[in-house]
Amino acid sequence: MDGTDIVVSAALTIITAATPLVFAALGELVVEKSGVLNLGVEGMMVVGAIMAFATGVTTENAFLAILVGALSGALVGGLFGFLVLVLLSNQVATGLALTIFGIGLSALVGHGFVGVTFAGVPSLYIPLLTDIPIIGTILFGQDLMVYMSVAFAIGIGWFLKSTRAGLILRAVGENHDAAHAIGYPVIRVRFMAVLFGGAMAGLGGAYLSLVYTPLWVENMTAGRGWIALALVVFAAWRPGRAFFGAYLFGGITIIQLHVQGVGWAIPSQLLSMLPYLVTIIVLVVISRDSGKQRLSAPASLGKIFYAAS
Amino acid sequence: MIRIEARPEAAANMVYAAPVIAVTLTMIAGIVLFMIMGQSPGVALYTFFVEPVSTFDGVTELLVKATPLTLIGVGLSVGFRANVWNIGAEGQLTIGALAGGAVALYFYEMEGFYILPLMVLASIAGGMAWAAIPAFLRSKFNANEILTSLMLTYVGLLVLSYLIHGPMKDPDGQGFPESRLFSDSALFPVLIEDYRLHMGWLFALAAVAAVWVLFSRHVIGFQIRVIGMAPRAAAFAGFEEKKLVWLSFMIAGAASGVAGLSEVAGPLGQIVPSISPGYGFTAIIVAFLGRLHPLGILMAALLMALSYLGGENAQISLNMPNAVTGVFQGMLLFFLLGSDVLIKYRLRFGR
Amino acid sequence: MHNFTIKKSLAALVVGGLASMGLVTQTLAAEPLKVGFIYVGPTGDHGWSYEHDQARQAMQKELGDKVITTYVESVPEGADAQRVITKLATSGHGLIFTTSFGYMNPTLKVAKRFKKVKFEHATGFKRSKNLSTYSARFYEGRYVIGHIAGRMTKSNVLGYIASFPIPEVIRGINATVIAARKVNPDVTVKVVWVNSWFDPGKEADAAKTLIDQGADIILQHTDSPAPMQTAEKRGVWAVGQASDMSKFGPNAQLTAIIDNWAPYYIERTKAVLDGTWKEKDTFGGFKSGMVKLAPYNKKMPKDVVDLAESVRIAIEQETVHPFQGPIKGQDGKIIVKDGEIIDMGQLLGMNFYVEGVVGSIPK
Repeated sequence: MDGTDIVVSAALTIITAATPLVFAALGELVVEKSGVLNLGVEGMMVVGAIMAFATGVTTENAFLAILVGALSGALVGGLFGFLVLVLLSNQVATGLALTIFGIGLSALVGHGFVGVTFAGVPSLYIPLLTDIPIIGTILFGQDLMVYMSVAFAIGIGWFLKSTRAGLILRAVGENHDAAHAIGYPVIRVRFMAVLFGGAMAGLGGAYLSLVYTPLWVENMTAGRGWIALALVVFAAWRPGRAFFGAYLFGGITIIQLHVQGVGWAIPSQLLSMLPYLVTIIVLVVISRDSGKQRLSAPASLGKIFYAAS
Repeated sequence: MIRIEARPEAAANMVYAAPVIAVTLTMIAGIVLFMIMGQSPGVALYTFFVEPVSTFDGVTELLVKATPLTLIGVGLSVGFRANVWNIGAEGQLTIGALAGGAVALYFYEMEGFYILPLMVLASIAGGMAWAAIPAFLRSKFNANEILTSLMLTYVGLLVLSYLIHGPMKDPDGQGFPESRLFSDSALFPVLIEDYRLHMGWLFALAAVAAVWVLFSRHVIGFQIRVIGMAPRAAAFAGFEEKKLVWLSFMIAGAASGVAGLSEVAGPLGQIVPSISPGYGFTAIIVAFLGRLHPLGILMAALLMALSYLGGENAQISLNMPNAVTGVFQGMLLFFLLGSDVLIKYRLRFGR
Repeated sequence: MHNFTIKKSLAALVVGGLASMGLVTQTLAAEPLKVGFIYVGPTGDHGWSYEHDQARQAMQKELGDKVITTYVESVPEGADAQRVITKLATSGHGLIFTTSFGYMNPTLKVAKRFKKVKFEHATGFKRSKNLSTYSARFYEGRYVIGHIAGRMTKSNVLGYIASFPIPEVIRGINATVIAARKVNPDVTVKVVWVNSWFDPGKEADAAKTLIDQGADIILQHTDSPAPMQTAEKRGVWAVGQASDMSKFGPNAQLTAIIDNWAPYYIERTKAVLDGTWKEKDTFGGFKSGMVKLAPYNKKMPKDVVDLAESVRIAIEQETVHPFQGPIKGQDGKIIVKDGEIIDMGQLLGMNFYVEGVVGSIPK
């Protein structure tokens, strides 16, 4: 393998590492934009992973599997939504409880799927385009879900910025009392955001169990839901930056593995710290000059809304 | 149609009734779950909730398990009230345990009354030092503490991994990643002979008392509450947000550090690669489950600990997989959190 | 799954309660022996804990109604372990297997308290009158694999995905390298540490990284089948870990090192039933059947298969030892002299790389 080949192949690895984070982070971003903090991303992801895998194995239909992954994530998200939006329970604690619940539920469902294989999701191949050296495979040779993740990043950015519905969502997140006074259905908007966030986390999980490593093992999300949560903060609630953050994190994770393979005498633990440390440093650099970072957090984030009238 | 209607004021009776209702609902849901699993619901519930504490040994073990949860939960509650989102207690616990443990290893095979106090101080300093990073980054550079404290948890765990596979490794341990066993002078004394319940539990109780006093008697406690409820009013009143950020992080860091030490110098007696099974995260649930009130947190920690012990019991006596425990625990928490709605609101049936 | 009636369970509770109070100290002869297991991971990890649970089931099947087996999964290697082991001891279990290194001191403590109960700790080194230890010579398997890899590689680069820098893992790396360089002196091994026993995504990333860096055979000392899957997809060879992973890499899997605890569990349980159980240390390899190899890949040339088999048989007959000198360290200095066999202390506590490994051991 020569130099360019390594770069291309590393880029492909980075795309795979970043994509589940992109899904989950974008979903959580929309949820938080609506003023709800759901710390249960890990739980929704892992449920999405097993349900998608189980569907894939049983029906051998990748599209159906992706769909079921999203739906089951949304379903678990809906449970969270019911608790925090209807029963007005504490969002932080409910989200954490959702993680415990999701991991347990996925293990229960997944019992019969350990050691089972799945063919995976086919990659795109467009004659000529995919064959272009270097950028061909990167741009035109990915699986469906990678393109979905890019589309979501662009779509969500556009939705939040340029659509009326996006404006309402942001208004609800900024000041739910004012939004309510104007006549926006705060709870309904938030519920939809939470369902969407669940679906996206489900897609992130589905990506893991269908594409990244097409198999099922318990706890296979291995903390990626938490990273996705951190990326939303890192992104200052901006979709484009969340996308960038996921690739930055994924990129450094892969690069540190490459450094190890080359055999530099740096303790592997130190290298493994890099993605976390770099994320902190970049966040500090971005936030240091202004108070804007705080301001970009939705003002009603995590606060309970009750319509008095 | 069920509607939720605000009560004019919080219902005092519901403060106590809500958890009872939640537990009852959990029991009912549990009966369904266990029947699906092919278990006898009565036996299963007994195994989960009663059997673990049916012996004196069981009760002491419950307290051992609740010790770190109480300590961290109480420590975190201060910050949560002031809207400071420290979710990195797990990392602070780890570094506290390492700092306190380092003192223990330094005084290996030595005796002295001063060793334990030094360890405790070191663990407090370690936890605080780790908590100081997000506090500093937030107050100086405005960097969001959710991200920094969470990321530092992963870093802290890798620091532990590095030290335990390197400098702290037992030289006579055949290369395995465990430290030497602490000498007797460096171990938390047990409270009752032959049981594992140790001094850490007293620290937990002391923390509960201290935070309770802080909130009910001290002006800082008042400031924290105001800043949590009405940040702008607090700013007008001249409360310094930065000072409270620091205070919140220092209290949580100290409590988490001691919690870490109480694991390594308590039941473990050495530093191991996995000191805590996620107490730093579970304690966040405990803090809110206890409604951020010190006594509530104590009760929540006990209940949470019981659910772990019950889960093990269910595996041992009923051959139930661990996954069922997770689902059951999740349900218990959902009901507890959901039922708190009854305190401030009432349910109206019909239109 | 057992179906418990209320009556039965209450009876068990009463017995358990009495036992914990010390009133009943021995299970009645006619009663089945209760055998407890604690696992560090979920039984669904398809790796370490999964294999122990497979062996538990095999043992249960073999001994039928003479035994009742219990397991507790995902027991953290912290303060919880001692409580769970104690719980097993007080609930009438006569034999308890603790299946991870981190349970060593907790097991020792509980063994001291419950002298009538027999304990078996995997991979540790502390024993007492009622506490045995057992471990497997996985490095024997790795030595055979080294021969295969040395012959099968075209790029002369082997990729090794490692979990944590403990002697067990380092021993495996060294055994592989020593063997590979015997048949192909140009071989080097690249090691990537993922700092986890179990993270499919990261393991797959590590496999891809190693393949990108020129490795054409992927070896792993982590638990998930993800590296095998990656090898299959990228069209390189791989060797499975813990269990036969050919399902995940029908073309890629050369063979796999299989943890086979069943014979040991059956033997030791029988010993308790017979009353012949004694404290001992077992370090089993090919000979005792604790380590096995999965069927070789059909595409492996016959001479390579023959070589592998001859090495395996030689180890089994103890005519060959993987760590027989001369063994050189990374710096080229002799560690084990020509003709000598490494001493047990150095073998068990291995903390050096041999010549041919790229990189240094994380310290």
